[in-house]
Amino acid sequence: MPQQPIELILTRQWASYLAVPVWLMSENGHLVYYNEPAEAVLGRRFDEAGEMPAEELATIFQTTSEDGSRLDSDSLPVNIALLERRPAHLRHRFRALDGQWRLVDVSAFPIEGQGGRHLGAVAIFWEVEPGAEG
Amino acid sequence: MDVTLWGTRGSLAAPGPETAGYGGNTSCVEVRGAEGQLLILDAGTGIRPLSATLDPELRRVDILLTHLHMDHIQGLGFFAGLYKPGLEVHVWGPPSTTLHLRDRLARYLSPPLFPVQMRDLPSRLTLHDVPLSDFEIEGMAVRASLVCHPGPTVGYRINENGKSAVYLPDHEPALGARRFPEDADWTSGFDLAQGADILIHDTQYTPGEYVDHIGWGHSSLPDAVAFAEKVAAKKMVTFHHDPQHDDAILARMVEDVRRATKLPFSVIGGTEGATFAL
Repeated sequence: MPQQPIELILTRQWASYLAVPVWLMSENGHLVYYNEPAEAVLGRRFDEAGEMPAEELATIFQTTSEDGSRLDSDSLPVNIALLERRPAHLRHRFRALDGQWRLVDVSAFPIEGQGGRHLGAVAIFWEVEPGAEG
Repeated sequence: MDVTLWGTRGSLAAPGPETAGYGGNTSCVEVRGAEGQLLILDAGTGIRPLSATLDPELRRVDILLTHLHMDHIQGLGFFAGLYKPGLEVHVWGPPSTTLHLRDRLARYLSPPLFPVQMRDLPSRLTLHDVPLSDFEIEGMAVRASLVCHPGPTVGYRINENGKSAVYLPDHEPALGARRFPEDADWTSGFDLAQGADILIHDTQYTPGEYVDHIGWGHSSLPDAVAFAEKVAAKKMVTFHHDPQHDDAILARMVEDVRRATKLPFSVIGGTEGATFAL
């Protein structure tokens, strides 16, 4: 596997020290890392889950709006950060890897490197209420 | 391709009898191509003695800066090629989102810090934002990649005739790593240095010193050796010696690391004037 850009390497290292859940995506939309606090929100250890390709993320993590209605994937903060290269924030629900639905606040921002390189996106999750059985 | 070390010291020049063996000049390495092409890696104070060896018939020289910390550019104004009318001098440096390379270098190469302005130099000076990718200089394949060091900093890989020289004078790949070295894809500088025939790498600190300098952008010698092993370098040269380290300390550091581990490559103490033929 080719080496990640230094900006992603440093972001991953930074995230690994934080107590807030952080999720890191590469430029092509693959979920390449989430930290230990995010494991509690996403429902599985990263070492077990591993990297996830972009095309599978929508099926792995089902999402709805806060009131449970359908949510277009283009309106998810992480996709806005990745595709539109701007920061975004949204409260929504998603089904985690342990099968539980969780209500979360998500803030995401793009990773823009020197020389105009778009390298990926970072999302920070805040769980609003404890998970309920799905 | 021949690689010659003209300045091996980091941070600050450290001349004197106690450093005469490894040298006191700051970072500068000459890479000479098979056709006589001249690439100069960094313009520390070592570029001044290099200047004295310039061929009068030379028509082009390329200076590749890893970053603009003073120990890597301090010699630039004393590079004789800049004062040679008609000589093509190309200076490459890492890009910035705010200022062109010329404006950043001009902060040093202008009064009151330096008496000569860049625009008054008689050589044909061209400044380039270095591409963060593969490119070519006079038939030599060059790759630049951003690496872990405070501020935009690149390392260089130069390939010619199937041989590769990699230059990472300021590099802290262990920064923040839970277990170093990490997997290859999460290791700063891995792609650049993989399989290098010669790896010139930052070895500023002893392990004890590194503990007090985490995040300063430099490596301990054992971390550098672990990195060299990870990338399967064929030969590693120690570099960017701390100005506080005299010849005896530097020799002992290299001996200690050689004794501690049986390595599949050689670790060579980087001394000013050493040449490696690839």
